[in-house]
Amino acid sequence: MNKKIYFDHLATTSLHPEVKQAMLPYLEERFGNPSSLHYFGLEARKAIEEARQKVAAMLEVLPEEIIFTSSGAESNNLAIKGVALAYQKKGKHIIASQIEHFSILHPLKTLGKWGFRVTRLPVNKYGLIDPQELVKAITEDTILVSIMIANGEIGTIEPIMEMSRITRERGVYFHTDAVAAVGRIPVNISQLGVDLLSLSAHQFYGPKGVGALVVRKGIRLIPLIEGGIQEEGRRAGTENVPAIVGMGKAAQIIQQELPSLMEKLKSLGDCLVENITSRIPEVYLNGHPTLRLPGYANFSFKYVEGESILLLLNQQGIAAASGSACTSRALKASHVLTAMGIDPALAQGSILFTLGRGNTPEDIDRLLEVLPSIVDRLRKMSPLYEDERKSTHSPL
Amino acid sequence: MEQQYSGKVMEYFLNPRNVGEIEDADGVGTVGNPVCGDIMRLYIKVDGGKIVDAKFKTFGCGAAIATSSMVTEMIKGKPIDEALKITNEAVAEALGGLPKIKMHCSVLAEQALKAALDDYYHRQKKSDK
Repeated sequence: MNKKIYFDHLATTSLHPEVKQAMLPYLEERFGNPSSLHYFGLEARKAIEEARQKVAAMLEVLPEEIIFTSSGAESNNLAIKGVALAYQKKGKHIIASQIEHFSILHPLKTLGKWGFRVTRLPVNKYGLIDPQELVKAITEDTILVSIMIANGEIGTIEPIMEMSRITRERGVYFHTDAVAAVGRIPVNISQLGVDLLSLSAHQFYGPKGVGALVVRKGIRLIPLIEGGIQEEGRRAGTENVPAIVGMGKAAQIIQQELPSLMEKLKSLGDCLVENITSRIPEVYLNGHPTLRLPGYANFSFKYVEGESILLLLNQQGIAAASGSACTSRALKASHVLTAMGIDPALAQGSILFTLGRGNTPEDIDRLLEVLPSIVDRLRKMSPLYEDERKSTHSPL
Repeated sequence: MEQQYSGKVMEYFLNPRNVGEIEDADGVGTVGNPVCGDIMRLYIKVDGGKIVDAKFKTFGCGAAIATSSMVTEMIKGKPIDEALKITNEAVAEALGGLPKIKMHCSVLAEQALKAALDDYYHRQKKSDK
């Protein structure tokens, strides 16, 4: 059995050892409910407030502007539905992009059924949004714009600062899904100029089961989960203390490690892209060539399908992801690649490599040892490859 | 190591039987499209009413490759009218079962077979004229 190599950090990241250490006491003797008034409760309460401060420090916001949730998906749902329902008397138009995560697009679809109007901005072939499209789309009736900082599937980084300036001038709230960005590039709320921001701990070496929504002071939200008074009445439910503690620790660590991590990921990522595109013919890099998250590479391999590549990589102990229909439970090709106008057959042949802090140059070497022959083998089995070869070799 | 497919499906994916083309095939059927993500092409050689050779090429996932390979194995040496009776359930069963979400691949394999046989009959009719 080959050493297992993990190139799917978009799906999730491994727990940082110090994060695990920080969480352990709260899985063992410090098991109190933060709402209890006795010692056990107060100890747990202290722990989550310290975690809140750490997350706030990482993003440069106030602790009271952080709501802990269960996940990036919940944060996104809370932002979209929470703001829409709170401000519906002001307006009923919401703008997002066509490449947002489903945890933004699906709540928007529901809001559409509840009488809201939704505009989804197009993207260009790199997955980049044109701020002018936002200017054209904003109306008197617009109450919220939601655009991700960076797209998790292709890594393209969007011009958030420019777009938040546009919304600020018009008194419209701007939410950004920062799930893919936090832990990969610097995320500073004041610089970005946004009003709400979603993040997820398991994207930056924290535990699964915890996320956060930043809501700048003064912005109202209708809660999704009502009940007790946790999170200042904005998100009921006994807090996942160990996970929240983990998130705080992960935030503290990533703040320190980000500069060196970015450098490492950029260097490994560039090496990956350079070698794959030079060693394998007819490979295309999806996403923007430079405005891209470090360590991100989404390739389309012409004539072959993504799941079959993943299966063969898996045999070699290498884990990656794909945008093909076969790998999605809905049996539809990636909506992101489709929105970018990528040819359907090429979208089916897409493989996404997302590198993380645990990857090494040796991991890249190993991938380069096996990937060319995998692609070659599948091409020899492909009718599309056969047709292409016949047409280029046909006699005049 | 954990896998989404049964042992037999993996076997037919990793070591597919009958990959290739037949230059002077008696029937060729191509089904599927890039939007779905599966394209299968089946070649058959017929002699004396029997399928004497079958080859395939597939653009698709593990299940697509396994089902198209299995179908070529199931028809080789069979008389045409028996090959016509092969169903997608039979292909899936021969592979030890497929995840529900992948059953459509076996349907495509059955369609590729029918398309190849259709093409064979079509060519026969033409040559009979």
